[in-house]
Amino acid sequence: MKVQLTINGRRFDREVEPRQLLVHFLRDLGGLTGTKVGCDTSQCGACTVLLDGVAVKSCTCLTVQADGCQVTTVEGLSRDGKLHPLQEAFWNKHGLQCGYCTPGMILASHELLRTNPDPSEPEIRHALEGNMCRCTGYQNIVRSVKEAAKTMAGGSQ
Amino acid sequence: MFPAKFDYVRADSAADVGRLLAEHDDAKLLAGGHSLIPILKLRLAAPATLIDIGRIPELKGVSVEGGALRIGALTTHAELASSDDIRRQAPALAEAAAQIGDPAVRNRGTIGGNVAHADPASDLPAVLTALGATFHMTGPDGSRAVPAESFFEGMMMTALQDNELLTAVEVPCQAEGQASAYSKLPHPASRYAVIGAAVRLTVAEGRCTEARVVLGGLTPIPTRALAVEQALTGKPLDDRTLQAASAATADGLGDDLLGDIYASAEYRKAVAHVYVRRALAAAAGRLA
Ligand SMILES: Cc1cc2nc3c(=O)[nH]c(=O)nc-3n(C[C@H](O)[C@H](O)[C@H](O)COP(=O)(O)OP(=O)(O)OC[C@H]3O[C@@H](n4cnc5c(N)ncnc54)[C@H](O)[C@@H]3O)c2cc1C
Ligand code: FES
Ligand code: FES
Repeated sequence: MKVQLTINGRRFDREVEPRQLLVHFLRDLGGLTGTKVGCDTSQCGACTVLLDGVAVKSCTCLTVQADGCQVTTVEGLSRDGKLHPLQEAFWNKHGLQCGYCTPGMILASHELLRTNPDPSEPEIRHALEGNMCRCTGYQNIVRSVKEAAKTMAGGSQ
Repeated sequence: MFPAKFDYVRADSAADVGRLLAEHDDAKLLAGGHSLIPILKLRLAAPATLIDIGRIPELKGVSVEGGALRIGALTTHAELASSDDIRRQAPALAEAAAQIGDPAVRNRGTIGGNVAHADPASDLPAVLTALGATFHMTGPDGSRAVPAESFFEGMMMTALQDNELLTAVEVPCQAEGQASAYSKLPHPASRYAVIGAAVRLTVAEGRCTEARVVLGGLTPIPTRALAVEQALTGKPLDDRTLQAASAATADGLGDDLLGDIYASAEYRKAVAHVYVRRALAAAAGRLA
């Protein structure tokens, strides 16, 4: 089936099998390997992307369901060579160890800050419930999200 | 994990769904895909065709009509949780939807898919039963409405036929002197309900005139805790009554209870009263 997706602002017209999962479209056809496959059973959040601005798990979405939609992956967050405040904060606060969960964590945090720009610590932990960090670096992930919220409230992006 | 091959068609309207279902043998409807896609990936099902209903405008949206909420089948869990109408008129539903899975699951999963799938560990079947909801569906023989209490027939079995489309869920608006609440023991990994307790209380002149207490998670289908309901009816909703009533939770639950390696059936039966108690206290608190 023919599909047309706009990924990080770039248009992709491709022929895909209906059974293809969005995560494989992004990684294999889009060449965007920032999005990871972890559990492959919708529980770890490593595959989280924004579909029309809203966080979804791309291992549990068919490419054909995203036909005509806008997709944002972690590669699409920076602007003019400048990292997104969430990326900056994960860097500064050491919010990553091996980095495998990081793209998903950042996009899930993006979803949180979209719906709640000034979250409390329990709200951050609750919002990241669907994202697992196998390095278990949760403390610094929470610190990173707090710092990003502060920077973003400052109006830098 | 890749699903087995299937054909994919997209429906534009409810009428279109009827036509496509008649044209395709062995077809399955696809809404948010958050129950169906995992099943296809595990190859527990391999339908020949998926009919995507996810973009049908008439199945979306929440409205208040004639004393009831009308909730389109495609309304997502995130929309249920954030709708002002639902938070005001059916607080237990908003509360339960907010506790489903995680934010990304709530952005995709729909109320229609949740009840059509009828997983015993789902949250919405118990809540919608407690709230006295009605399910609207259409099929080749026209439209019909089925009350929640006769909709769920068994584990993953409902009154919905293979050639029918669930179009909307109707939930009565909260009446004067009424309150509802939901309390849940979530599975630590998936967040599905290990135990879910949904209650709706009605009071007049300081006494409970009606109590609906429904359990999910540990029973194959939503199950009314009749002993608890009886122990509340006619009484003032003070701490002692709530305590005594919730202690009756296990009575009448029967032996057909679910368990897994996380929580055995015996354990669930033993602690279910805690969640009933919490839901009762929350609802009674809203009435105070
Ligand atoms: C990681 C994870 C965690 C979850 N946690 C929870 C939880 O805590 N609590 C909970 O309640 N649920 C949970 N769910 C399930 C989630 O709520 C699903 O979204 C929901 O059960 C199915 O809705 P859907 O729109 O995704 O349906 P789909 O997966 O698209 O469809 C499910 C079934 O319903 C049928 N169907 C769908 N819509 C209709 C319709 N309108 N008419 C007729 N048939 C229809 C389909 O044919 C299919 O058989 C979880 C899911 C995942 C992946
Ligand atoms: S890979 Fe999608 S949630 Fe784990
Ligand atoms: S940083 Fe290694 S999995 Fe999270």
